[in-house]
Amino acid sequence: MLRVEDLHLSFGGIKALQGVNFEAREGEITGVIGPNGAGKTSLFNAISGFYTPDRGRVFFDGDDITALSPDKRAGLGLARTFQNIALFRGMTVLDNIKLGGHTRLNTGVWQALRYFGAAQREELELRREIEERVIDFLEIDHIRKYPITMLSYGLQKRVELGRALAMRPRVLLLDEPVAGMNREETADMARFILDVQEQFGTTILLVEHDMHMVMDICSHIVVLNFGQQIAAGSPAEVSRDPTVIEAYLGAAA
Amino acid sequence: MINANLKSSYAADERVLDNRYKQGFVYGSILLLALFTLFGSDYAILIGSQMGILLIAVVGINVLTGYTGLVSLGHGAFVAIGAYAVTIFNNVATGIIPAGIMPFLSLPFAVFLAAAVGVLVGLPSLRVKGLYLAVATLAANFIVIFLIEEELFAPWTGGMVGLTTNAPNFFGWVLDTKREMFGLIAVLGVLALLAAQNLMRTRVGRAFIAIRDRDYSAEILGISLLRYKLTSFAISAAYCGLAGALFAYFYARILPEQFELALSLQLVAALIVGGLGRTMGPVFGVIVIVLVPELIKITFGAVTGDAAGMAQLRAPLQEIAFGALLVLFLLKEPLGINQIVDRILRAANRWPFARG
Repeated sequence: MLRVEDLHLSFGGIKALQGVNFEAREGEITGVIGPNGAGKTSLFNAISGFYTPDRGRVFFDGDDITALSPDKRAGLGLARTFQNIALFRGMTVLDNIKLGGHTRLNTGVWQALRYFGAAQREELELRREIEERVIDFLEIDHIRKYPITMLSYGLQKRVELGRALAMRPRVLLLDEPVAGMNREETADMARFILDVQEQFGTTILLVEHDMHMVMDICSHIVVLNFGQQIAAGSPAEVSRDPTVIEAYLGAAA
Repeated sequence: MINANLKSSYAADERVLDNRYKQGFVYGSILLLALFTLFGSDYAILIGSQMGILLIAVVGINVLTGYTGLVSLGHGAFVAIGAYAVTIFNNVATGIIPAGIMPFLSLPFAVFLAAAVGVLVGLPSLRVKGLYLAVATLAANFIVIFLIEEELFAPWTGGMVGLTTNAPNFFGWVLDTKREMFGLIAVLGVLALLAAQNLMRTRVGRAFIAIRDRDYSAEILGISLLRYKLTSFAISAAYCGLAGALFAYFYARILPEQFELALSLQLVAALIVGGLGRTMGPVFGVIVIVLVPELIKITFGAVTGDAAGMAQLRAPLQEIAFGALLVLFLLKEPLGINQIVDRILRAANRWPFARG
């Protein structure tokens, strides 16, 4: 579904990615792990279109999307969340999630200025869909009118997931969905991620440091270290791989 | 005083006036406005028209600066374009187009021309932000005024001498009194506010706010920065163009110096005082920015009598008091009067329970 081929990315002399190859298979959860500075977020930025790779290509559902801008990639059905929450703080939860529906709506400026008619129909349809598909699903109906600034960190993460879900994504990139959460919040989030996969059949690619969660929910794991892909495979294979153990724990004495 | 706020449909929940207090306030204001048009004194009508024209322009600035987060110090240029476009169109097309339908063509022409130039001026916003953009738009203001004053175009623009605008004629109804003009300004002002509010409850307005709050996050949701930044510029310029056209109709006499930097700054100042990025912000801001100098004038007159020596002190004092007011707002309430009003309404709504 989402494939990267021989991806190279450098910032001046720093080689952030050096030949990353993997595929996130349709309907599965793929995890990307690696120590700090391994290039995980750079990989995400290259996939979502903020960085142009020096070499290599990104394929989405078989099409080469390496040259597309981020908003075009979003239009194809590529959604993501950010490591440090990137919600719109001046808006309510509902408006944030509604923004996820942006690419699916057609209201033009003229219709928007008049509102009544086509724009209203479309807005109400979007509202209904979001309420039923996202707000109910993520159990955030009690906070839908709250401004983002009033929410706890864990809830903000959940709203960000909601905004991505409102895009009806075919591929969802989650950048550290449970970073900084307590065990309860982590369990909730893991459950929501599994529910998304199960109910909507979304292909999910996630970066995470919480090894327990990654090993539990991912069916395929890619390990990066210093921009190089050092291992890939099922959780069981990866956790036995000596290069991975070395990267995480240092060489055995 | 917690009001019943039960909604049983999404349509009811998406309404602008979603409770009875808001309905009462808005419909009451419209009624008062109608009565004011009929019975206001000539002086009050003059002040009211000044406010209405300014309001439409500030609503435009609000779309760009308040909602999209792009600062412009050059919107006086679009007011100028609106004013000149409507007048020049009128002068050129007289005899070709019947007078009775002229405004139906000249007003849209002015608005579209301003919007088109707005897109052009908005181009730097794709590269630069904040202060740098403000300076780029500032340059646009100077260029437009320079072109209007240029000898080469003087046969059409009147150069430094300015132009005289004929009163608009709607199917034979000539709005040749200030009171009639105020009626037109009031109707268009209310429609302008409503249109801006509508914009903000659809995808276009949400995209603007998204760009203001976090542009990379907006891109990831499929919002094209290029398209929406330019759209925002076009809409705000169109509002200013309409304000300019009404300005020309109302004062019947336009001079290039009326649209210089001072006007651009006044528009931004009104928005800051009223409340950036809030629907009612421009309304509060314009009321303050027009009324305060008037009040200072009246109080000053009352205190000093009409002593000739003191009269020349009035203008500078007025400006100082006005500047002090602006600084006070920036320090104490950067979100403007709208925020103060919101806080009072919230407290009233919760009374007699928690305050907040």
